[in-house]
Amino acid sequence: MNYHILREIADSWVLLALFLFFVGVFFWAWRPGSRATHDDAAAVVFRNEDAPAQDSNIEGAEARV
Amino acid sequence: MWDWIKIAVFGIIALLAALAANFARDLAYQVHALIVMAVAAGMFIWTVRRTGEPSVPAPTGYNDGVIRYGVIATAFWGLAGFLVGTFIAFQLAFPALNFEFLQGFGNFGRLRPLHTSAVIFAFGGNALIATSFYIVQRTSATRLWGGNLGWFVFWGYNLFIVLAATGYLLGATQSKEYAEPEWYVDLWLTVVWVAYLAVFLGTIIKRKEPHIYVANWFFLSFIVTVAMLHVVNNLVVPVSIFGSRSVQVMAGVQDAMTQWWYGHNAVGFFLTAGFLGMMYYFVPKQAERPVFSYKLSIIHFWALIFLYIWAGPHHLHYTALPDWASTLGMVFSIILWMPSWGGMINGLMTLSGAWDKIRTDPIIRMMVFSLGFYGMSTFEGPMMSIRAVNSLSHYTDWTIGHVHSGALGWNGMITFAALYFLTPRLWGRQSLYSLKLVSWHFWLATIGIVLYAGSMWVTGIMEGLMWREVDAQGFLVNSFADTVSAKFPMYVVRGMGGVLYLTGAIIMCYNLWMTAFSKRVPAAVATPAE
Repeated sequence: MNYHILREIADSWVLLALFLFFVGVFFWAWRPGSRATHDDAAAVVFRNEDAPAQDSNIEGAEARV
Repeated sequence: MWDWIKIAVFGIIALLAALAANFARDLAYQVHALIVMAVAAGMFIWTVRRTGEPSVPAPTGYNDGVIRYGVIATAFWGLAGFLVGTFIAFQLAFPALNFEFLQGFGNFGRLRPLHTSAVIFAFGGNALIATSFYIVQRTSATRLWGGNLGWFVFWGYNLFIVLAATGYLLGATQSKEYAEPEWYVDLWLTVVWVAYLAVFLGTIIKRKEPHIYVANWFFLSFIVTVAMLHVVNNLVVPVSIFGSRSVQVMAGVQDAMTQWWYGHNAVGFFLTAGFLGMMYYFVPKQAERPVFSYKLSIIHFWALIFLYIWAGPHHLHYTALPDWASTLGMVFSIILWMPSWGGMINGLMTLSGAWDKIRTDPIIRMMVFSLGFYGMSTFEGPMMSIRAVNSLSHYTDWTIGHVHSGALGWNGMITFAALYFLTPRLWGRQSLYSLKLVSWHFWLATIGIVLYAGSMWVTGIMEGLMWREVDAQGFLVNSFADTVSAKFPMYVVRGMGGVLYLTGAIIMCYNLWMTAFSKRVPAAVATPAE
């Protein structure tokens, strides 16, 4: 195990794996049926502004510490 | 029981620090040992006074106390960092400001790392910790994980900053740009950073939302990558356990490459990924509409972290670094332009359908300006990484101008916008004290940045051209001192830009203070008589 072996692995299989992962991200983001998921995820910022999910209906803003 | 253990631990730390101060081999180490001793003794007394008190029930709701402290620390360190920066800008224009009585403590060489660390790590770092704690709680719909660990992260990080800053003034530095602190300060930061990762990850793991919102992905990549960069770039062997000096494990070009792998990814992950986390939360919140394209934000994230990590070698063109490595860094830097602009477009287009807010809401105006400068400097950076351009720009003030258009424009403005967003909410106020003052801050900062960046472009390109100018016989035309005197007017303009930026920040602090702490009555609503 020396630098050259590491270099060979990095130049071939690791490069291929990283590239496939990277391209896979695009396909994953645009997979069929992802729109609803992404719309829901994008709306996360507008929920639970003042209190965590479990006690959101009781104290509201007073629950902040 | 836990309190008794803490008392013992703090007592032992204070004792060991006192011993270390006694055996210290240099002044910086001695001062640091005394600081540690004072902090541990204070914690000892504080714990003793609380031990045996009836325990209060564990608080529920969001942990906002630590975020309030973070907002105050961000504003304070921002002022300190901008002030030192403006002062050293004038030191460059007027060398007499390197006062004789401050030699060895207050001259440019000592103050410059104080400025860079104060703005990047103290101002930017506190802003990142505060906003990431705010955002991860809201988007995970759960309280911050780890109880008081969040407080440890805040105070531990600020202790790191105090140790780093006092170390620079007293000459404790390992001479690595943006990684100057010596070995024991690095070890302390590592402990704090692991706690930060635990708090952040723990909160994400116990989230009540099915999704991990994209801002949290950016924050997580920032925390993990900075941990990796910090540990690898700071591999050193201390000369003595009682001294601040250390010896680098790596040497020569390997050390240079490690340093700029660290240095560029500090820009990429600390100043870009982390602040993009802020952008992906605060821009949609302030615009009151979801991010333009969530799919694009996913691509933005993966492309950014896949590409940034390779860009470091562009700092080492025309050095002992092999050509293939610097070409690799250059190519990845240019590819990086695409995800950066994807992210900028995603942020700007979040405003589509609400463009009028740029006119009516000065906070949105700051965010848009910040995204504009993000786009500007992520175009300028790839261009400067091209070897032919770099041969002109490297070692000149153009680099300084580039850094500041990114730091003042992108990081500064998005942080100011985040502070304006957070302060009324954290202190339970209806609104900011004054929107008019926000406008004043915006314009002062904008004109300051324009003066800064413009003067540095002019002086950088001028000195680059002067350095390479040769006469018919092939002799260099200009001496180094010729470029120094030619740059003087631009240095004064740059300092004036700093004054404007600092003035804007002072106005911001006044505005935030009045918002949080003044006992003003809510503006009376005029109701017509009936």
